[in-house]
Formats: sequence, structure tokens, C-alpha cells
Amino acid sequence: MSIIVILLLPLIATLLVCVRLGKRWASGVTVVFCLADLILVARLAWLVVAGVAPAELRDAAWSNWIAVDGLSALILLLIALIGTTAAIYSVGYIAHEKPEPKRLRLYYANYNLFIFSMLAIPVLAEPTLVWIVVELTTLCSALLVSFYNTREALEAAWKYVVLSLMGAGVALFGFLVLFAAMHAGGGGTYTWAGLLAAAPRMPPMLLQAAFLLILIGLGTKVGLVPMHTWLPDAHSQAPTPVCALLSGIETTSILYVILRLFPVMQAVPGSHAETWALVLGLISAGTAAFLLLQVHDYKRLFAFSTVEHMGIILTAIGLGASANYGAMQQILNHSVTKSFCFFAAGAALLAMGTREIAAVRGLIQRSPAAGAALIFGGLAITGAPPLAIFLSEFSILKVGLTQGRYVAMGLLATFIVIAFFGVMAHLNRMVFGAPTIAAPQHHQPETAGSFRLPFSCQLALILGAVPVLVLGVYVPKPLHDLLAMAAAALTR
Amino acid sequence: MSDATKHLLENLNALAAGLFLLTGFGIVATRQARGCLNLFIAQSLLLAASAALLGLRYNSAHLYGVALVNLVSKPIIVPWLLRRTSPAGIYTRREIDQVLNIPTALLIAMALAVGSYFVGIPLAKAVGPDVRGPNVPIGIAVLLLGAFTLTVRREALPLLIGLLAMENGAFLAGIAIARDLGMLVELAIATDGLIIVFIMGVLVRAVQKQVGTTAVGDLASLKEGSPEAAADEALL
Repeated sequence: MSIIVILLLPLIATLLVCVRLGKRWASGVTVVFCLADLILVARLAWLVVAGVAPAELRDAAWSNWIAVDGLSALILLLIALIGTTAAIYSVGYIAHEKPEPKRLRLYYANYNLFIFSMLAIPVLAEPTLVWIVVELTTLCSALLVSFYNTREALEAAWKYVVLSLMGAGVALFGFLVLFAAMHAGGGGTYTWAGLLAAAPRMPPMLLQAAFLLILIGLGTKVGLVPMHTWLPDAHSQAPTPVCALLSGIETTSILYVILRLFPVMQAVPGSHAETWALVLGLISAGTAAFLLLQVHDYKRLFAFSTVEHMGIILTAIGLGASANYGAMQQILNHSVTKSFCFFAAGAALLAMGTREIAAVRGLIQRSPAAGAALIFGGLAITGAPPLAIFLSEFSILKVGLTQGRYVAMGLLATFIVIAFFGVMAHLNRMVFGAPTIAAPQHHQPETAGSFRLPFSCQLALILGAVPVLVLGVYVPKPLHDLLAMAAAALTR
Repeated sequence: MSDATKHLLENLNALAAGLFLLTGFGIVATRQARGCLNLFIAQSLLLAASAALLGLRYNSAHLYGVALVNLVSKPIIVPWLLRRTSPAGIYTRREIDQVLNIPTALLIAMALAVGSYFVGIPLAKAVGPDVRGPNVPIGIAVLLLGAFTLTVRREALPLLIGLLAMENGAFLAGIAIARDLGMLVELAIATDGLIIVFIMGVLVRAVQKQVGTTAVGDLASLKEGSPEAAADEALL
């Protein structure tokens, strides 16, 4: 039952949010339901690690439609965790903008639908249904991206929808070819597990065609270069809690669908799936690292950093089985760190009222919390020790070097260093120095002088910082087991 | 079923697929937004015809289902939804300056169609000996033509039609190679198409209210570069 309940909770929350009951009703319902979902997902992940299959997975009627293994459990856990912290952050952040009650309900209804569509991705076992929920993530988040209804936000939302759906069209053809490949290989049930079993009998040419179509199609939504052009727009124009969801977990959960194909491709000798991942990953990380240097908007800065990290994860997958654990750790650390970075960026936006890097000086004097969070987030996302991302990037580079891939690892290390200097140079200029009050965009700073963050934003920042700090020095045993199980799901 | 009937059904299917390709070219080149919508409706009807003919040929109830879903959702519900959500002006819009002029666009579209033939034939062969007819190459061609439409058009309605044409193309190939995909999936994909129309209609309405145009392709204020230049452009 628990898996169905996990999917039902956000849908019930969507309905409840639409009821008109006071100012705090919608945000309260969303936080409570997200928290309940997090508890259920944590219990599910615990069961998966302990090797106990939940009831519906033992029933054949269910197992053709839903399946949860280590990899799914990891992604589910991240979605539920970031969904909860972003919901807490939303309470103060969205209320600060004083939207009309109708728009407030629209925001939270879309928020819960978006969470639902993402939770469904790792749970569903039938690939074409997964494709549909991937489409739903785009459609449910489109109105969140355009929430401010400004010219820029509408442009970003339009670009986001058109490019994502264009990619989805290509991916749909890929999934149909995958089905045909399975049929040509003697059939079976069309699920991830069924594909894995049937892979050795499938015609290699069809399998390869399907892999490339899906890699390109869904890669558009992950933000792989050269299909990334929409990502910095959408990930910077949306309200900040939504940016945290888009960058922190949406990209990751789409990447999960691509990752599901790697064990299938390993059945085909000479498929070069890993090489594709390595090359696309390095191109993405490199391009994003250089684009980071010339941004003028600090939310775009973190959006480009997402492209860079998707590149790093894909590069790690390209290194083969021994780097899979590092890749899973990178997925985990990127999600928790990137959502924290956007929370910090949102705090800076509330305090200063502008997204222009050049217009912000001396943030730490105006709002010590926002300034400290921004510097901490910048250090964490660029891989400064002893924070979480340092550990996973180090382990990926170590595996690559022991395999003797000096050129690829040299490039990756260079890109990481460039991104470090790019991000820190921008943030350093913003946080320190003499304070200025910038021309306000749509956030009006109430008074000059010091600024106090809404309580829920402070709470979300503290909750978000805990995993970033802890995972850098200590990975708890159950989490380690979950990561190992997830890594094992990527090999045959 | 006699061999002659089978042959006839295959030929009729080839005719439907050929006309389907023509509508793909039409969507690239038609200036009138209303005309684009009509071509899309014709295209969906041809897709339904192809599914029904292949259903008869291979005696597949599932393909009849595909035909029925396409017959109801695209020619009837899509125009209705568009009327409900988006501003009425989008039908009467004419694109005077496309990104490419029409002869050049058609030439590139032709090259895409020829290219997809060389990809589609070996792909269809690899699936099995009973995948005959032009469905796979033409499906790929229309998929690419739809993507191409997205790069050359600026008006909202032709862009939306380009997206839906991509899906139609993927399906025309799909009914030939994945004949028993399952009815649930089929219905879900049809519903998904309707959500696309709804969301994009709402977005276009918001764009028209805020910016005063439905030529969404002309919105280009978000890019890297000096903030002053971006601000100047926003003012223009």
C-alpha cells in the first residue's frame, strides 16, 4: 500500500489546496503533506535497504506497473527531501511577495502536482508510462516558471515548454523503437526489469538507435550541452523554491530515466553507451564552466552550475562500473547542495531586490544570514573540502585516474577548478565590500539598513545546510548501503 | 483474408502515409495560422486512417483503438481546447517574415525527408520482415519536419502545431513497429497531448496580455551579455 499512498498524498494535497480557507491554509497543507510523504519514502527506502520488498511488489499484477529498487529509492528520497525543504522555504518566500489569494492557491496546487509527477518517475516500471510522467513534469512546472507573469518569465516558460516537449517527441520515438526491439527479440513484459532480461536477444542496431534517441530527447530536459539553452532561463526566472526543485531534483530524476538504459546497453557488445556518456558529460561540464564566468545574474550562475554537475555525473557514469558509487554520491550531494544554493540566492534576492550581480555589494552587512549562506553555498557547490561535493568529486577523479584516463580526468579537474573560480569570484564581490541598495526589480526592500529573513526561509536554510555539512565527513551506514544498491542497479 | 485484399490494404496505407508526409510539408510552409491548424487536423485523420488500415491488415484490435483515440482527441478536442484557452487572435495571424523564406525552408524540409528515408528503411528492416510500407521513414520524416517547424516559425499556433506534428510522426512510425503497446499507454499519451494544448494555450494568453503579441518566437530578452544591452532590448 505504501507506494500508492506516496503517490496519492501530493494529489490529495492538490485538491485540499484549492479549498479557500484562509491565508496560511495552502502553504500549511503543502508542508504537512510533503513531510508525511518524506516519512513514508524514508520508510520505503529503509525497507529496500533491508531487502524487504513492499507488499505490492510481491504481487505480479502490480509489479508490471510499479517497481522500486535501490536506484528508485535513492531518487524518491531526494525528491521527497528537497520537496519538503522547498515547501518550508516557500511559506515565507511566497508570502513575502504578497500575491493575490487566487495566485497563491495556483502556486501551491501546481507545486503539489509537480511533486507528484516527479515522484511517479522512479516508481513506474513501464517505460512509456515513465515517458508520460516526464512530460507531466514539464507541463506541471510550466506555470510555476511563468508564475511572475513578467515578459522574461513568460519567455523562459515558453522556451522551457517548447524545447522540453521537442526533446520528449524524439524520446517518444526512442521508447517506441525500444518496444519494437524487445518485440523483435522475442518479447516479454515491457518494464525496466523485462528489458534487462530481454536485452541480450534484442537486435543491437535497434537498441542503439533507441538509446541515442532517448539520450538526445531526455538529455534536452537534463540540460546537456548543446540542448541546454532553455535551462538557465527557466531555472533563473522561476520563483526561488521552484528553482531549487528544478535544479535540485527535476534534472536528476530525468537523468535517472537515461541511467536505466545503461545496464540494458551493457548486454550489447561494442555499444559505446559509456563513451557517449563520457563525451557528452565532458562537453557539458566544460561549456558550463566557461559560461559561468560571464553571467550577470546570480540565479543564472547556479543554473549553469547545474549543467556543469549533470556533466560531471554523466562523465562518472561514462567511467564504467567502478565509478558508479561515486556517481550516485554525486547525485545525492548535488541535489542537497544545489537546493541549498538556491535557498541562499533567494535570501539574497529578498534582501537586495535585484538579481544583478553587479548591483549587489556588501550583502553580509545588510543580511548576515543571506551573505553567510551564499558564501557557504558557493563553497559547497564548487567542491571545497570538507563539504559533501568535495568527497564525491574526489572519488570520481580517483577512479578515473586509477583507470589511467588521464586526459579525461585532467579536463574534468580543470573544468571543476574553472567553475570554482567563476562562482567564487562572483559571490565574493556580492557578499563583501561596501553595501549598496540597488534599484528594486519586483522585490521592494522595505527599509535600508539590516534585513530580516522570514522565519521559514531561515528554517529551510538550516535544514538544507545539515546534509551538506554532514555528508562531507560522514555517510551513515543505511545511506551508504542505499548508494551501493543504487550503484549496483547500473550494472548487469 | 486473401492476398489481394492484403495488398490493397497495404497500398491504401501507403497512400495515407504519403498524404501524411504532404501535410508535414504544408505545416512548414503555410503562412496562415488557421491553415496550419486545418493541415494538422487532416494529418491526424490520415494517422487514424493508417492505424485503421493496418488494424484491418494485421487484424489488431489495439490499432483500431489508436485510430479511435486519434479520431476523437485531435480533430475535435484540440480545436475546442484552443478556443477555450488561447486568445481568438491566434487563428487570423499571418506570418510575413519567417526566419527562412518559404522556398529555402521547403528545400531543407525535402533534404530532411530524403535523409529520414535512409535512416528509416534499415530501422524497419531490423524490426522484422512483417514491417512493410513507408510508415517508419515517413514517421521519422514528419518527426523531423515538426522539429524544423519549431525552428523556423514564430507565431504561437504554428509552433504548437509543430510540436503536435512531431508526436503524430512518432506515432505513424510507432503503429508499424510497436503494434501492441497497450491501450492504457495509448490513452495516457492522448491525454498528455491535450494537456500540452491546454498549458500552451494558457501561456499564449498570458504572453498576449503582457507583451501584446502572439509571436512568441520574437521574445528574446534572456541571454548572456552586458546587462545594459539586455535592458535596452527589453525597452524596445
